[in-house]
Amino acid sequence: MTRAYVSADMASVALGADAVAAALVARGCDVVRTGSRGLFAIEPLVEIEADEGRIGYGPVGPDDVAAVLDGSHPNRLGDVAALPFFVDQQRFTFARCGITDPLSLSDYETHGGWKGLKAARAMSPQEVVSAVKDSGLRGRGGAGFPTGIKWQTVLDTSAPEKFIVCNADEGDSGTFADRMLMEGDPYCLIEGMAIAGHAVGAGHGYIYIRSEYPLAIDVMQRAIERSAAIVAPFTLEVRVGAGAYVCGEETALLDSIEGKRGQVRAKPPLPAHVGLFGRPTVINNVLSLAAVPFVLSEGAEAYAAVGFGRSRGTMPIQIAGNVRNGGLYEVGFGITLAQLVHEIGGGTASGRPVRAVQVGGPLGAYFPPSMFDMPFDYETFAAKGGLIGHAGITVFDDTVDMAHMARFAMEFCAVESCGKCTPCRIGSTRGVETIDRLIAARDAGRAPAPETVSPGLAKALYSRAPTRQLTSLEAETAIVRDLCDTMKYGSLCALGGFTPYPVLSAMDFFPEDFGGEPAPLANAAE
Amino acid sequence: MSETLAADAPLTAGEIAAIEKAIQRHKDERGALLPLLHAVQDAVGYVPDAAVPMIAKALNVTRAEVHGVITFYHDYRRAPAGRHIVKICRAEACQSRGGAAIETAAAERLGTPMGTTRADGRVTLEPVYCLGLCAIGPNAMVDGRPVAKVDAAALDRIASEVAA
Repeated sequence: MTRAYVSADMASVALGADAVAAALVARGCDVVRTGSRGLFAIEPLVEIEADEGRIGYGPVGPDDVAAVLDGSHPNRLGDVAALPFFVDQQRFTFARCGITDPLSLSDYETHGGWKGLKAARAMSPQEVVSAVKDSGLRGRGGAGFPTGIKWQTVLDTSAPEKFIVCNADEGDSGTFADRMLMEGDPYCLIEGMAIAGHAVGAGHGYIYIRSEYPLAIDVMQRAIERSAAIVAPFTLEVRVGAGAYVCGEETALLDSIEGKRGQVRAKPPLPAHVGLFGRPTVINNVLSLAAVPFVLSEGAEAYAAVGFGRSRGTMPIQIAGNVRNGGLYEVGFGITLAQLVHEIGGGTASGRPVRAVQVGGPLGAYFPPSMFDMPFDYETFAAKGGLIGHAGITVFDDTVDMAHMARFAMEFCAVESCGKCTPCRIGSTRGVETIDRLIAARDAGRAPAPETVSPGLAKALYSRAPTRQLTSLEAETAIVRDLCDTMKYGSLCALGGFTPYPVLSAMDFFPEDFGGEPAPLANAAE
Repeated sequence: MSETLAADAPLTAGEIAAIEKAIQRHKDERGALLPLLHAVQDAVGYVPDAAVPMIAKALNVTRAEVHGVITFYHDYRRAPAGRHIVKICRAEACQSRGGAAIETAAAERLGTPMGTTRADGRVTLEPVYCLGLCAIGPNAMVDGRPVAKVDAAALDRIASEVAA
């Protein structure tokens, strides 16, 4: 019987992989559903087991199955791992994804699974925490805080119970690595959480998954059941989000698990001291926890040997948006945006020139191609007014209107604000209104300056809201900048605090979309 | 209009039983409210206002707290949705691939503006902010099934699915 491998990843399914798998079954194949290899241009991908290894065909539809089985299909790729997209990757975290049956315990074990947990259990908690510190692993959710230091704080805090919480509320547009890992290699995350439990003395863990990821929820739940005996006495459960982006913020997420509105908590106290249900809690992103088994099984030095500056190890980078070869690209830090977008990504899917990339999701900055020589590194991006975030890169072609993207950043913040702090709640709404006026002024050419109205009339018209007379481009631009400043420094969490990044970067790097060089408020008002 | 009427309609015995069952299953969990509300919505299709006092009593919290949670999260509905639910992604990665035009076209093709249920109750059209399929957009979720590379032809297929 022919054995065929077809991904059951949500992206593959969205492209029609289920129908392909069904067609293969109808022809008598033994079909193994895997995770995705991570290159969506070749999905739906079928890999046929042969003496010389797996032979890939993709993209294929259900009608192509006969040609795939007799080897005559033109989309024959041969060894998928040898494709240019894959050869230079360093798959530490995603080593098994796309290759194994995600729920098969024997597949997991034969591909190096549970080695990290066994190694950790042979060590004292402090030794495990020290290993994670030595690896240089930093939080992959976006903030880049050293994972080992977080664990040390929880280990050093004595309490009758502690928790491990996995943040799988991957809401950033342009990111899908958490989803792919949970769907493609769920035991890797479970192993990482069990190691964390051993390291800090926590007995129970929660995986908080957004409701937009139904397949990941299903796979994680089944994986938890099947591996319960292996990770015992550590226990795990899945909690499903309810469509609130802000719950990706760690303290809002904790409130959500507690059954409350997902509102941000003021820090301190840190979750490491007073976290879930008031107990010391390790809260880490999926990718941080999933990197831990490698650190323990291969050694902290092996992980830290790769990377750039203070950003150690690998990052599963997600190449997304208007790009030809979109997908998951795991590689050591230090790769440049130009390599990612042009060489690996192959430029835009539309064939038009690249105009901008947004790095780090809806709260990340937009960069023009002239800045593509930046190495992928936490510090470099911060220095340029941006952030790596969850390492999603969204590519835009030259049809994008950056003023509309700036407006969308404010609109998204207004929709998703938890409402607890004023700069975010009110500032985002005012931001949408101001950018609307700015766009209107831009599209109308320069709007009439306030002095064309007689001073007496202006006072009568605008006395209660003097800023409303400032309808010139320069004035609105100054207001947006001032608002961004207030949001950046006055917001409780990253939602309000980082929404200025996409707005300001769009204004700074693409001034032509905002009607030319912005001028200071004083010039416009006088 | 129809949504308001449906929400005000008294619950059937079956719906009350389903709510009771969800309460019994989750009330002793830590942080039970979200899983409980998900269970109610899965069983009934929405979270009826009449369920709020039942849930509040079982969890020993105020009705205001339950109401606050229901209205905070985008997922929970206080009125029944259409028979089919079509979600179109509005986030940046889909926008970079022409998502805004698809959003507009979907509203026209399905005959109901974004964020509403069509008058005949057959379909609800909703925005979603990222389905995690960001290199193959514009994306949609049709009754829980992901659809990538949505174009005019795909919208036609979705519209006929909804009509069937």
